[in-house]
Amino acid sequence: MNKRTPDGFNANHGLIRRFIQLNRAAIGTFGFFIVMMLLFFCGNPHVFSDWRIYYSVLTVLPVAIFLVVPLVFIVTVGEIDLSFPSVMAFAAWIFALGVQAGYPPAAAILAGVAVGLALGSAIGLIVVYGEFSSLVATLGLGFLIRGAIMIATGGRSIAATGIAKDPTLRLLSSSPGGFPVQMIWAAVFVAVSVILYNRHRFGARVHCVGDNPESARQMGIDPRLVRVGTFVFMGFGAGLAGIFSTIINFTWWPTAGDSYLLPTLAAVFVGGTPTWGGVGTVLGGTIGAAIVSFTQVGIVAAGLDGFYVQFFNGLIIILSLIGHRWNQIRYR
Amino acid sequence: MTEPLIELRDLRKSYGTVLAVGGVNLQVNKGEVVGLIGDNGAGKSTLVKMLAGAITPTSGEILVRGKPVAGWNAAKSRAAGIETVFQDRALAVQQTIARNIFMGREITTFGGLLNLGRQRSEALHLMREIGFTSNAVTPDTVVGQLSGGERQGVAIARAIYYNADLIVLDEPTTALSLTETEKVFSFIRTLRAGGRSILFIGHNIHHVFDIAERFLIMDRGRIALAVTKAQAGSARRLIALMEEVAHSGENTPPVELAARLKGVQ
Repeated sequence: MNKRTPDGFNANHGLIRRFIQLNRAAIGTFGFFIVMMLLFFCGNPHVFSDWRIYYSVLTVLPVAIFLVVPLVFIVTVGEIDLSFPSVMAFAAWIFALGVQAGYPPAAAILAGVAVGLALGSAIGLIVVYGEFSSLVATLGLGFLIRGAIMIATGGRSIAATGIAKDPTLRLLSSSPGGFPVQMIWAAVFVAVSVILYNRHRFGARVHCVGDNPESARQMGIDPRLVRVGTFVFMGFGAGLAGIFSTIINFTWWPTAGDSYLLPTLAAVFVGGTPTWGGVGTVLGGTIGAAIVSFTQVGIVAAGLDGFYVQFFNGLIIILSLIGHRWNQIRYR
Repeated sequence: MTEPLIELRDLRKSYGTVLAVGGVNLQVNKGEVVGLIGDNGAGKSTLVKMLAGAITPTSGEILVRGKPVAGWNAAKSRAAGIETVFQDRALAVQQTIARNIFMGREITTFGGLLNLGRQRSEALHLMREIGFTSNAVTPDTVVGQLSGGERQGVAIARAIYYNADLIVLDEPTTALSLTETEKVFSFIRTLRAGGRSILFIGHNIHHVFDIAERFLIMDRGRIALAVTKAQAGSARRLIALMEEVAHSGENTPPVELAARLKGVQ
């Protein structure tokens, strides 16, 4: 006969089975990642047994992670955000201006993050309290912010070469012993986000609002506040992504973030967060970001033409969609 | 002596020019099971939502244990000891039973972190109390995997967790099979045996008659008639009373209605 532990789990199910039950989508994504890497390895064992290929991806992967993880929250709550690349560029612009003007790095970072938070809050308030479609409203707001940057800067970049010598900023991005230290910051961000998503009141409410906003409202949750909260978090992540991108590249471009839009969206869905809201996975999204990043490098490194990158990106999205469709049941 | 738990005085709700609830006076006493019946569009669900604080009344007064409460809302309704099981059950079907039970009132430790272990054990205890016997269903079971009756059980379990004085059940057996309905009735009998006051809203008069001691017949946004179980006599007679109410004029006073009803067999 089945017995349960005092916290309600079936004692016969064991730790491993419990872990699989709770992380089904992330494990599926991880399996997909391993298979993909094995295929790349078979395609070019020489390149894929060399640390440098991993180093080149891990150097920029944190930027994608800072974007993908908050987007998992937004998709789970039943919304979408297409304005984050512009928010990323705006926050990074303020940071780069601060560094260029000679302000202490910590102050420039705080200013960049504050701008990210402020823009995220403004976008959330407009979308949620204006009762607009987040798809259309964030598309418009994204263009608006990008346009403002372009008008103000005349399309000119900022070379923040001082970053390379600044010890504080090197703590955020450098390669002691050949390992990109920014990956540690990204790992901390993921760990905190996993707790926020799975083990915090905010995460629980994000799930409930995304699943059934009317039920959440009847149970005393204000779905609007929760939705705005996810946009604020997205602004925070976009701010960090912009700052790290500038530190890694020593330069701010007014087009910063543009190339992240589609890969970030792809990473969220490849990671196992479905479009319908209520469920998702931060860990899966992180692995999804790694899948998308490694695809771009891996295709070329495996000896294929660069023209194949988009084709394989598409293939991976479709294959993962089929995989998650089989792996996840949609309850309605 | 009866002790009034909740009293509604001249409660009204209008949407523009449409009057959904027009001047309802209602009292539920401690330990009493009241059945609220009426046709579709009579205003039952609007009344329930006002009682739960989900919608704000246009005018009127709500008294809790004899004292009027200003600025009635969901939080005040819960603080007054009212728990509502909504018609749509208000469940998030992709979430676990435990998460649904604690939706909006999560058990937390430091800084809003969830006490998942305690939520699970409390949920399991509740599930046992309400009559979940299958070992296949745990607090981590996703609600979407449950039958209609079991889902209703989760909604009821959520209502009893907070030791509510009054549990409002809005059509709890709608769209359920006979077996599932029986399961829900077993849940409700457990509540009744525990001495809780219940306001039971239903379309199936046989179900309402079976469970309640007093009946309020609602029609066109008002309570047209109030009868006790003894006065009604049988479910069939209660149905006849409902029909009589539905065919009477909008402004027929309850006294006149009652006089007419004497002839109903």
